[in-house]
Amino acid sequence: MDIPILKQGNCLIASVQPALTDTGLLQLQENLLMLTSKYRSHGVIIDVTVLDVIDSFTSRTLRDTVYMLKLRGAEAVIVGIQPDMAFALVQLGITLEGVKTALDLEEGLALLER
Amino acid sequence: MDSETHLQIRSDADIVTARQKGREMALLLNFLGSDVVMLATIISELARNIVEYAQHGELVLSIAQQVGKRGIIIIARDEGPGIPDLELAMKDGYSTGNSLGLGLPGTKRMMDEFEIISEVGVGTTVTAKKWER
Repeated sequence: MDIPILKQGNCLIASVQPALTDTGLLQLQENLLMLTSKYRSHGVIIDVTVLDVIDSFTSRTLRDTVYMLKLRGAEAVIVGIQPDMAFALVQLGITLEGVKTALDLEEGLALLER
Repeated sequence: MDSETHLQIRSDADIVTARQKGREMALLLNFLGSDVVMLATIISELARNIVEYAQHGELVLSIAQQVGKRGIIIIARDEGPGIPDLELAMKDGYSTGNSLGLGLPGTKRMMDEFEIISEVGVGTTVTAKKWER
């Protein structure tokens, strides 16, 4: 299942779906790298509002994606981690260290604009 | 939904199915929202371990009933290579593969009951239970 990526000005916005497979996440990584090059985007928002689970693979891949985009001159922000998800991540010791986060899409875009 | 669900785990799509079923089952019981997410995450980790180390295995999700309380039982079993040093595998932060070792120690910490049986060349079975509060 391909995750839709929208272009908004200088930013790309990807909204992750609940049933995200490992393959789907890696495909998203590839697509974001490709599209940031194509549109010379400076900012990327990865919206995980409706993602059901962030396990160790997901967190590691998200971190890698953010770093890969940084190498390509784009800043990425993860938005939409829900309260229950935040709680579970901390309880399980699954970290998103080094990754910028914001409450939601609006906050994420504001962060990128600064 | 049946009180017991058997899931064959072979691919990353199966990992998603397993965690969705786990979430459904946890929602039927009286778990806190954060516990529902946590259980789904644990199921995801255990299913992923099966795919990574054994390529194929089974996940069994069932509802346990005791006097006055219910719980969820997660059994992850495979006939994979087995874990040579179980003590090391249960140490926080240790990992031979990709999963950063969060799976087993993290699971043990968060579940009420936890048991792991593993034999090199035979396979691994993880049994974990969590009761409603």
